[in-house]
Amino acid sequence: MKSLLFGGVHPDGRKELSAAVPLTAMALPAQAAVPLRQHIGAPCKPLVAVGDAVRMGQKIGGGEGLCVPIHAPVSGVVEAIEDRPHPGGGLCPAIIIKNDFLDTPAPCLKPYSHPELLSPEELVSIIHDAGIVGMGGAAFPTDVKAKTGMGRTDTLILNACECEPYITADDALLRSRPGDVLRGLALLARILTPCRTVIGLEDNKPEAAAALREALKDHPGVELKTLPTRYPQGAEKQLIQAATGRQVPPGGLPKDVGCAVFNTATAYAAYRAVYEGIPLIERIVTVTGEGVKQPRNLTVRVGTSFLEVIAAAGGLGNDVWKVLSGGPMMGVAQEDLSVPVTKSANAIVCLSSAQNGESAHPVCIRCGKCLEVCPMRLEPLYLYRYSNAGDADALNRLHLMDCIECGCCAYACPGKLPLVEGFRAGKQALKEGAK
Amino acid sequence: MNLTVSSSPHIRGKDTTSRLMLDVVIALLPALIAGMIFQGLRAALVAVVCVLSALAGEWLLGLILRRHNTLPDGSALVTGLLLALTLPASVPYHVAAIGGLFAMVMVKGLCGGLGQNTFNPALGARAFLMLLFPACLTRFPALGAALPLGGLSPADVVTGATPLHHMQMPALPEASLAEMFLGRIGGCIGETSALALLIGGGYLLFRRVISVRIPAAYLGTVAVLTLAFPKGDSPVLWMAYSLLGGGVLLGAIFMATDYATSPVGPMAQVAYGVGCGALTVVFRYTGLFPEGVTYAILIMNAAAWLLDRYLVPTRYGAGKEAAR
Repeated sequence: MKSLLFGGVHPDGRKELSAAVPLTAMALPAQAAVPLRQHIGAPCKPLVAVGDAVRMGQKIGGGEGLCVPIHAPVSGVVEAIEDRPHPGGGLCPAIIIKNDFLDTPAPCLKPYSHPELLSPEELVSIIHDAGIVGMGGAAFPTDVKAKTGMGRTDTLILNACECEPYITADDALLRSRPGDVLRGLALLARILTPCRTVIGLEDNKPEAAAALREALKDHPGVELKTLPTRYPQGAEKQLIQAATGRQVPPGGLPKDVGCAVFNTATAYAAYRAVYEGIPLIERIVTVTGEGVKQPRNLTVRVGTSFLEVIAAAGGLGNDVWKVLSGGPMMGVAQEDLSVPVTKSANAIVCLSSAQNGESAHPVCIRCGKCLEVCPMRLEPLYLYRYSNAGDADALNRLHLMDCIECGCCAYACPGKLPLVEGFRAGKQALKEGAK
Repeated sequence: MNLTVSSSPHIRGKDTTSRLMLDVVIALLPALIAGMIFQGLRAALVAVVCVLSALAGEWLLGLILRRHNTLPDGSALVTGLLLALTLPASVPYHVAAIGGLFAMVMVKGLCGGLGQNTFNPALGARAFLMLLFPACLTRFPALGAALPLGGLSPADVVTGATPLHHMQMPALPEASLAEMFLGRIGGCIGETSALALLIGGGYLLFRRVISVRIPAAYLGTVAVLTLAFPKGDSPVLWMAYSLLGGGVLLGAIFMATDYATSPVGPMAQVAYGVGCGALTVVFRYTGLFPEGVTYAILIMNAAAWLLDRYLVPTRYGAGKEAAR
């Protein structure tokens, strides 16, 4: 079927900065700060108290409802439970663990001896208990996504696009552990029983493609779809469009069009939970950008501070303009580098002032380039105008809430308007108005 | 260490306002050069006067309104050049200067400024000059007539009929289609050479400064209407002369595509182009003046917001292709 794509931009990928350096494991941090909020939904409640001894992989927080547990990334002692800066912005309570550097595993951590005998329900429950969330950035609880897709999914999609510039974490994972990612994907397929399993990969990752092709020999029926590089191809709705030609209806979910999309690192986390018994306490983080001395991919325990991760990549250069959690298109600029790595933190991008494309006098010249690049086919220039005017009727009429904040419009804008910033304010106003 | 904290996206594309304006200037050069070749050096001086007065208008208004200096964005330069291309080479310099000032101060600056003005500044100024100095704008120097570089009054100019004058009769012009295409005809500085205008338009399309929607819809509508309602025996010839004569090409490629005054939605742009084309033909067939491009585009300028309001693109997930 012909897939009708629209919008998108082609920023300079800059992936070569970090892609060539081999993946290395970072030394364990002296202290881990584990935020109670690391997923979309209700934050965790602590299950340990200050002074408690904890072991690596031990559950230290959990809760009811839309909530997945958090685990101790290192063994040691709970030093404090206090508000700490969060990479998503603001403060968030975190469990601070002083590392004893023994890395003593919790006794309950054991691989499942016969994963093939586990029922779909058991798999969902293991994924939940391992605290797995969407690791591409959204941090939606994976067990919930898997459960709601059961019986409704005809196409399972592994999101290996990694369309954000600079980031190569999924790329590094696919090159080093393609078989394990595919085993994780097979677990998700066991839950969702799709007719078709597709891996969506962009054509700027030939080495990952080769590694996958080799590993796919053990997984007949899984389709590798190499897509022309285009941002935001890895956005869920856009990947569904690229892989199947379908479009998720406004306000709907992928399951409404029979699709389920999981990130590469998420599939690998499912593999580790089942085959190794290890919950989500570690992830690959790309530390890169012109502002860091030795860009690379590091395997990092959750809770490690950005400062330490950056130090492990040679430290910051002399000219640092912004440090981002996430990629340059959708990442969050950080003020305080003591923030911890969370489950969904795929990258720490350090930009130098040469990347500063902002303008002191942004202006809309109505060129319409924002419309051309909007992957949701909205009208960014009008959304921006009505966001500034606080015109809720117009914002609803033009579907501001459909905006995925991918940043294509602001990237393409010759007048350098802070469009996404305006949309966030507009959305906030709409939410407050609806109350 | 001072880290900047501002909203995503944190990287920006290479396009800038001044680069886009520079592209428009580059695209206008062939037409300007053709104007100089066929109408003499005075055409260039008129352009200089228009540009300088437009820059002066922008600068003065910025000074009065205490705004930052907006001259570097290049839009005043573009407006000045566009205005020059819509004037006869014989236009007195003071008339050109009044046009440049009026375009920047009244039509653009006081109606919202860059990106916000409703009416095309160059065409707004031209319409204003038509009102004040009709003789200067409707009399064209005869082809090959020597134009003094200094001051001259309309009476000094040896005037000649442009192809559109013939067509208003109605009759086919004396000029051959090849002469029409190259620009060996009377008319405004920038409108005579179809070839030069098409080269400029091709450059704008190549650089993706404009999309083909508005010019194609505009020219297509003029073509269809003149073919359907020809004056004379040969509909095809009538259509060809209608497209090559007067300011249709200049209007369709450079005026109707003005960002601030045209719609941004793809369907709205097509409708806008169709509207411009239809009004141009109507004004040519029924109007007092042989040409109707200026007023056609100005009227559609006023309708641009309405078209954008009602011809909204189908968003992701809401179209027919989404249904499964």
